[in-house]
Amino acid sequence: MANDLKPRATREAYGEALVELGKRHGNVVALDADLSGSTMSKMFAAEFPERFFNVGVAEANMMSMAAGFAISGKIAYASTFAVFATGRAFDQVRQSIAQPKLPVRVCASHGGLTVGEDGCTHQSVEDIGLMRLLPNMKVVVPADFNQTYAAVMESYDTEGPMYIRTGRPKTPFLYDEPPASLGKGADILREGSDISIFACGIMVVRALEAAEELKKRDISAEVVNVSILKPIDVDTVAASLGKTGCAVTAEEHSIIGGLGDAVAEVASEYCPVRIGRLGIKDVFGKSGAPDQLLEEFHLTTEHLTGLAEQVIASSK
Amino acid sequence: MVTEAGSGHPGGSLSSADIVTALFFHTMKHRPDEPKWPERDRFILSKGHCAPVLYAALARSGYFPVCDLLNLRKIDCHLQGHPDMHKTRGVEISSGSLGQGLSVSVGMALAMRLDKLPGHIFTLMGDGESQEGEIWEAAMAASHYNLNNLTAIVDANGLQIDGFTKDVMNVEPLAAKYEAFGWTVRQIDGHNMEQIVEALDWSRSVEGPAAIIAKTVKGKGVSFMENQAGWHGKAPAAEQEKQALAELLEQAEALKCEPGEA
Repeated sequence: MANDLKPRATREAYGEALVELGKRHGNVVALDADLSGSTMSKMFAAEFPERFFNVGVAEANMMSMAAGFAISGKIAYASTFAVFATGRAFDQVRQSIAQPKLPVRVCASHGGLTVGEDGCTHQSVEDIGLMRLLPNMKVVVPADFNQTYAAVMESYDTEGPMYIRTGRPKTPFLYDEPPASLGKGADILREGSDISIFACGIMVVRALEAAEELKKRDISAEVVNVSILKPIDVDTVAASLGKTGCAVTAEEHSIIGGLGDAVAEVASEYCPVRIGRLGIKDVFGKSGAPDQLLEEFHLTTEHLTGLAEQVIASSK
Repeated sequence: MVTEAGSGHPGGSLSSADIVTALFFHTMKHRPDEPKWPERDRFILSKGHCAPVLYAALARSGYFPVCDLLNLRKIDCHLQGHPDMHKTRGVEISSGSLGQGLSVSVGMALAMRLDKLPGHIFTLMGDGESQEGEIWEAAMAASHYNLNNLTAIVDANGLQIDGFTKDVMNVEPLAAKYEAFGWTVRQIDGHNMEQIVEALDWSRSVEGPAAIIAKTVKGKGVSFMENQAGWHGKAPAAEQEKQALAELLEQAEALKCEPGEA
């Protein structure tokens, strides 16, 4: 972990990378739906006002407009909160972006419970599932500022549509600098032999902490940062499962449709082992401070450690 | 075409046939041998279920063989039930889920403005489609961005799947709505070719977005289909097809032009 760097929100990396993309490529356009100050697309707006389009509170229109830009040779970055990007505008993303395979980057900030005090209406716990379901859609959940920066930079050259989820809170750095590429999107951060911990987003740092805690209990945990949830890196996931023989997944998302399901799908087809899924248990969120919510919904290092121990015990 | 397919949408295709004919064979600059010609005008069929009229216009323009029309909706045919931009030459955008075409057009119009392209966008919608909220999000955006290169045409045939639009969910007064959203509006008889052609040409020179509200007859030209909601999405049986084509042929003869055999 890059502990010497002060934590920064992944949405800030989106803002910075978007400006860099704007400088490098004249055909990058950005759209927002009255949340540019939160999604950080305001940084692009300040640099390239002629290529920025704030559509107001009209997410459906924004997604279809982004399709219109993409059809016309632009690489369109459309941002709003995850809950609106994927829920309010699902049909537009489906019909006008995913089906026609257009280069629109749906860049959703404020994913998960850590939106905090705004409560369940604004906390997206199902966005990854919705986007994974769409044919042609690549789904990316970066784990820290630098990985987000890399994901956004790399997205310019990605074929077809893409969903990138960022978060609201400041998040510790895992990577010292932006990696050149996300690669296949399953990055083994720590090798282990007793259990695999697959995590995405803010849960990766907790997975590393859990692995450290498990080590004290003589359990060797492998930690895999899964930043590309679709298409998931089947080879890396299956190899890790084969090596350790059991796994836990950790995500700031419903246990239905997200990383837990994605890993379980790989396991069931290639390497059936026991998997414990740490996530939001098919419920909506609520108001509270982000850390309080993570505690209440069991998305902590302690809960992950406990679940790993349970899975190992029941696998023997 | 629709009879051969066994399903499809003849009613709205016929109500917009005169408008689409004027667009493809008079108003629009386009190159069937070069569908992606950057300077072309663009036709966006927002009411994607009226694919038959678009396919007929594309085929007659030379984008693909006319005989393909008889394979509409068939398993290996490029002519999907609703338009697919990757399967059919000349289709600008996949459509079918109502209410999205005007928003897509706004994005295209802005992109063309950024690229300083001369083309104009003509977007065809239904009056029933105007019940979709996204239409009005797009209408707001088009006038906000003062899009000179966008014309919206509403095929106001007064009918939708469940009956008369005024009974299901009244959309009128459409012209006043577009005016209130900052558009310049003209109302025409959508079956009067002179008025159609004149309005389309006029719309190119309007400052800001232009809307043409075309009063039409659903199922136009086929006596038993006219003004019948039941013909929104039903294929005519073989006998009915015969009668329909005979009636259309007669009208075409009267106009002294070649009728379509599809």
